[in-house]
Amino acid sequence: MITITNLIKRFGRTPAVDDVSLSLDQGDAVALWGSNGAGKTTLIRCVLGLLRYRGAIRVGGIDVRRNGKAARMLIGYVPQELGFYDELRVDSAICYFARLKGIANASPAASLQGVGLEGNGGKRVRELSGGMKQRLALAIALLGDPPILVLDEVTASLDALGRHEFVGLLRQLTGSGRTLLFASHRLEEVRSLARRVAVLERGRLLRIDDCACFAPDAQHAAVLHLHLSADERMPAIRALAAGGFSPTLNGTGILVPVASEHKAAPFRILADAQIVVDNFEVDAVEHSSATPAPGGGRRKSSTPPDSEVAQ
Amino acid sequence: MSTAISVGDAFASRRPPSMASNTLCIARRELRDALKSRWFVLYTLAFVVLGLAVSFVSAAGTGGTGFSGFGRTTAGLVNLILLVVPLMALTAGAATIASDRERGMLAYLLSQPVSPVEVLLGKYIGLGASLLAAISLGLGACAVILSWRGGVSSPQTILWLAGLSFVLALGMLSVGIMISSLTRRASAAVGVAIFVWLTLVFVSDLALMAGAVALHLRIDELFALSLLNPLQVFKMWSLHAIDANLDVLGPAGLYAVEEYGRSLHAIFAVGLSAWIVLPLVVASVVLARKSPL
Repeated sequence: MITITNLIKRFGRTPAVDDVSLSLDQGDAVALWGSNGAGKTTLIRCVLGLLRYRGAIRVGGIDVRRNGKAARMLIGYVPQELGFYDELRVDSAICYFARLKGIANASPAASLQGVGLEGNGGKRVRELSGGMKQRLALAIALLGDPPILVLDEVTASLDALGRHEFVGLLRQLTGSGRTLLFASHRLEEVRSLARRVAVLERGRLLRIDDCACFAPDAQHAAVLHLHLSADERMPAIRALAAGGFSPTLNGTGILVPVASEHKAAPFRILADAQIVVDNFEVDAVEHSSATPAPGGGRRKSSTPPDSEVAQ
Repeated sequence: MSTAISVGDAFASRRPPSMASNTLCIARRELRDALKSRWFVLYTLAFVVLGLAVSFVSAAGTGGTGFSGFGRTTAGLVNLILLVVPLMALTAGAATIASDRERGMLAYLLSQPVSPVEVLLGKYIGLGASLLAAISLGLGACAVILSWRGGVSSPQTILWLAGLSFVLALGMLSVGIMISSLTRRASAAVGVAIFVWLTLVFVSDLALMAGAVALHLRIDELFALSLLNPLQVFKMWSLHAIDANLDVLGPAGLYAVEEYGRSLHAIFAVGLSAWIVLPLVVASVVLARKSPL
């Protein structure tokens, strides 16, 4: 259903995806696993025809480069976070995207019911929570019953409960012969949804594991998802980078890869910089390349936070 | 790695929507958004109020013909259009693609069965229609006041002005959209658009005058250079269409009428059409070749 052959994508001289070949049969479910910068999102964007690339990608036998529009007819896509027309009503949004997909008689009510959003059709998109927006994106992705679902870290900006519910919903929806390609760095998500795991590192495909046998490399790190107000994110990134970490912006806050035994160190740095952390999650394990730089790894704390609390 | 299987007949038979269907769908959405936008309402209100003020004051005076037979009301309206319409069109165009790119909406839209050219044309048509509405409202209100106060501008004059304003707006919208396609941030795109507006409205006139004096430009060179500025083309075309001569522009206007006569309409039409087509072509190439992300 999806065939990727010798895919190469460079940004300047930096290879984001480096000679990756991957093939998904109908009904297959493949997780793209790897740290930030491994090439997961870039690969997905190439499959959608959003980026120019070298190599070949065929979706349902259609060359994405030559006929991207027809290839995208077969794909339902859910991004990490829905940047949407906020003033649009939910049912209008569904009708709008249905028309773009060539579906004349879309039923917003049925679409919303399918993702547990019944009764929300009259709301404006801005009135929806993050989890509800992701459900709306899923409802739009499922319009026309596409044979392929492509998901790009769809739970990254959700809290633990929202994540759990969304993954449960995805499990219900993807067990019907639909092909699934998704990027994630959450182990529980991968184990719930994937049949196979494609492990990426610095743009290269290291291996493809059967999900039942898949285990991240022994030397792995946790990822802190720190929820911060918008104006504190960049100062926090600068402070943590100065402390030897490699934080990245992500949805409602920042992601900080840390060694499992040093999860408290970033909190100490942020407290010293008088930056308030609204909330945090210890998301999951991530591939070894995400381990923190030595400066961060050497720090120790007497109060290691390992559960979700408000500060 | 497994081998891909061929797609089933049910999926192979599904065809993506036509270019016209997608373009109109996006245009409708863009038009609705524009008509609800605060900026659009403010610009339209300002255009209507200033247009009414110009009409009222002009009609309250002599109301007769001023210099060279050209009505003072029309002169006031031309100058008002030269200031307001390009600013409105440039900023509307500049904000559209860059802001969609900034919030991830452009990538999401292009992940649907939609091509970059369809997105571009849809936005262009939608915003163009909203500008047409604003111009019709503004000049329509002026026409009502003028007929009530017995002003000299004929309906034909107002129609010419409205038509040419719309062509000017389409040209400036193209430039705005080109700026937007080249810029990553909406704020930067609007900043560049305002700079372009200032250049076209004020700086280019001063540069032309300075150039004429410093470089001893011949009259034909001066006329040719003025054709490069779409606002100058609009001004000359309106005056020519309404009054059939360009005396008010001095020697360059006299030269243009004497040298080109009736073909001036075609020259002005080509000049403004180039400002519509070329920036749109650049924007579509940029959008199709560059990452929308």
